[in-house]
Amino acid sequence: MERALPALGFEGVGHVRVGRMVELEAEDPERLGELCEKLLANPLIEDYEIQPL
Amino acid sequence: MIWGVLQFPGSCDERDALHACEVVGGEARLIWHEERDLGGVDAVVVPGGFSYGDYLRAGAIARFSPAMEAVAAHAAAGGPVLGICNGFQVLCEAGLLPGALLRNADLRFVCRQADLLVVDGPKTGLSDGFSAHQRLSIPVKHGEGRYYAPEEMLDALEARGQVAYRYAEGHNPNGSVRDIAGVRNEAGNVVGLMPHPEHAVDPLTGSTDGRAVFKALERAAA
Repeated sequence: MERALPALGFEGVGHVRVGRMVELEAEDPERLGELCEKLLANPLIEDYEIQPL
Repeated sequence: MIWGVLQFPGSCDERDALHACEVVGGEARLIWHEERDLGGVDAVVVPGGFSYGDYLRAGAIARFSPAMEAVAAHAAAGGPVLGICNGFQVLCEAGLLPGALLRNADLRFVCRQADLLVVDGPKTGLSDGFSAHQRLSIPVKHGEGRYYAPEEMLDALEARGQVAYRYAEGHNPNGSVRDIAGVRNEAGNVVGLMPHPEHAVDPLTGSTDGRAVFKALERAAA
């Protein structure tokens, strides 16, 4: 992606990082951490952050 | 000897895995991901592909399939399990093998022949029967094959003989830490690797070194 941007004329862009955002509605927000640990993130290789919308 | 090869939506190497099992010897059956019963197979192969599209993380959804619950029970009872490529990712996500697979260091899909070194393992391990430091020529084809585990976990894995395969010098295609291409569980009955031994069983496609990996599984089932 970082290599493709200058080719399209977008110069001066660096440190490109692709992440993942999951939107969901939860009846019990207390359990979101557990949900992240068990499925949405692999804690060995990924960090996660929970934000209310 | 009866082999079971799992099939998820998105698997793509299950036919070659079946063929490899048959070449090595015995009967091989496909096991659909919704099956809760493995049907009394002696050994299980979790094949390569893109299970459930790999949408969340490679292997992350497949581990919740009914068939994987049965595989976990089979493994807990000491039954041999071989995970190849996506199957390796599934076994890591399921916690049956240590570590995780990250995107290749150069962020590109890699598809080429690579030399592997068989690493000495515990006597109960699936590497039994290989000669020490035997070299195998086996194809790799993956975008997320960079093996990763924290340093202290790697030290523990090496101390316990859980590194099953390493890329030979100059053959690490993805930046895997300590050139690790495959690992085994502590008991030695579950092994996973990124390269594809099932694509290296017929002289028609070059190398037949992949047979040795299946034979090791066969010996473990005996």
